[in-house]
Amino acid sequence: MSVTKKAPILQVDHLKQYFPLKKESLFSPKQTVKAVDDISFNLYPGETLSIVGESGCGKSTTGRSILRLDEPTEGEILFNGTSMTSLRKKELRNIRGDIQVIFQDPYASLNPRQTIRKMLQEAMTIQKVMPKEQMEGRLLELMSLVGLRPEYLERYPHEFSGGQRQRIGIARALCVNPKVIICDEAVSALDVSIQAQIINLLKSMQRDLDLTFLFISHDLSVVRHISDRVIVMYLGKIVEIADKDSLFDSPSHPYTKALLSAIPSIDENHKRNRIILKGDVPSPINPPTGCRFHTRCPFATDLCKTDEPLLRPLTETHQVACHFAENLLSS
Amino acid sequence: MASKVTTTQSIDLAQARKNTRKERWQSFWSVMTQNKAAMVGAVIIGAYLLMMLIAPILAPFDPYDISLEDKLTPPSMEHWMGTDDKGRDILSRILYGSRLSIGVGFVSVLFGAFFGITLGLIAGYYGKWVDTIISRMLDIMLAFPGILLALAIISALGPGLINVTIAVGVFSIPLFARIVRGSTMEVKKLEYIDAIRTIGANDFLIIFRHILPNVMSPIIVQGSMRLATAILSAAGLSFLGLGAQPPSPEWGAMLSSGRDFLFSAPYMAIFPGLMISILVLGFNLFGDGLRDALDPKLKK
Repeated sequence: MSVTKKAPILQVDHLKQYFPLKKESLFSPKQTVKAVDDISFNLYPGETLSIVGESGCGKSTTGRSILRLDEPTEGEILFNGTSMTSLRKKELRNIRGDIQVIFQDPYASLNPRQTIRKMLQEAMTIQKVMPKEQMEGRLLELMSLVGLRPEYLERYPHEFSGGQRQRIGIARALCVNPKVIICDEAVSALDVSIQAQIINLLKSMQRDLDLTFLFISHDLSVVRHISDRVIVMYLGKIVEIADKDSLFDSPSHPYTKALLSAIPSIDENHKRNRIILKGDVPSPINPPTGCRFHTRCPFATDLCKTDEPLLRPLTETHQVACHFAENLLSS
Repeated sequence: MASKVTTTQSIDLAQARKNTRKERWQSFWSVMTQNKAAMVGAVIIGAYLLMMLIAPILAPFDPYDISLEDKLTPPSMEHWMGTDDKGRDILSRILYGSRLSIGVGFVSVLFGAFFGITLGLIAGYYGKWVDTIISRMLDIMLAFPGILLALAIISALGPGLINVTIAVGVFSIPLFARIVRGSTMEVKKLEYIDAIRTIGANDFLIIFRHILPNVMSPIIVQGSMRLATAILSAAGLSFLGLGAQPPSPEWGAMLSSGRDFLFSAPYMAIFPGLMISILVLGFNLFGDGLRDALDPKLKK
């Protein structure tokens, strides 16, 4: 609660990310994949905000747009109040150290031709974190911070296990003293026991280094464990933003309800309530009119087919994009 | 006390660094030595390189020394490979000629590799219209048969060994560029490139420090194979009279002058021809071995 009163560290304002498709013939109409279609949210310092949704809903694209790995089609990204989208290439490079990323695949995210030392030194040199003489101490400090032995600095990535590689990825993100870290499915490629270790490592980092996390995941149990607030995305749109407790206890969008009902449970009574959605996710090339979820929503009416529901506050900490959120909540 | 700890630690680290490098080299070495064909290739190449270096010591005669009374003598104890139509010792000429033939091969491949790698990296990394322009240019070059392109270049520049080197180098460019472009597009998509971009590296650093080392293996393999073809093409152009001019002992030119005496003095053409074939074989065998040793897909 107290967290949300501060000024946001990162503001995403009407972000759109469209990807052009290759034309089938010269005269066929130009088509685009609307991976992220007009989303806005704030990230407050010190919090962990999660983005959940099924594959293809645009959650990773959102992360990549914030990192400017893809140029956003439209919209603004403000970091500490300054617009990142209007920065020139060189200016952008200078502030890049402030927003770092931890990737999903620990096998693809480390350059196989660089030792860990070279990788970390290079990153610190690019961002001019400190003079070269002080780096040695910092390297050893980083290694112990992420729980790796100092002699591992001299090794190449292929000599490590998946969990260790992910720790190295975390060290790389940390070495430039970032303020925000985007974790793009950072633990989904790891097995459960390692997942727990990495999540606890991230949590202790956040506490000790005053970090802000944008945690992109499809794993709801992980999200429940780590987040303060949660964004639910469906087909390039935000359908619900809420405090973790409020979202998990009283989901207000039918999609969120269905999503949450899919969490495996050992509680017998819980199993009955599983909501199975009909059909597949519609194509993001031609998304449905009105509410994007109406094709699969068990409660859809004619209104949903024509009018797009806007994200509106339900309570102070709970926003939802559904015409009938109140009715659903009471039912 | 504290300083003591850090010194022992840094000694350990230096040791660990050394060990890692040693291990990598050892694994490459063991794959290479187990491949018999590659070792044969390496021995052949080694022998040629040695020959190149110590040609003046080995050569029994002056390669340019004409003595008409000794012309066209068949191989004997004095002239192991016989003499040519001007009485010059063929063995000595071949020994000296190795410098020209192998030198042309290396220089032209380096030339082609330098431009090819640069173009390939740029096309593959930037994509879009940059890629379209570069790729179409390469397609045009590839559409010409190699020798024809070389002929065109030489007719523009005039005959001579240096122009042959340039011509052979130019038609190596698209071959390198295509391989590098493909690998670059593959590597570019990997997350570690995204990671270094997020840290704020500029394009130059990304291309040359992160992409290039990871596309190096196919380049080395292609380079060693290409050397064989380049030597062959250079010899071929000299054979056609476009490259080395008499009395230069370039092997292709020697082959060409032996052509007129194919029936009366076949040794004039046989020995230079043999030298070219064995060298080309050596590079091909070695290149195959390199590919097996460097291709990460073949490693467990």
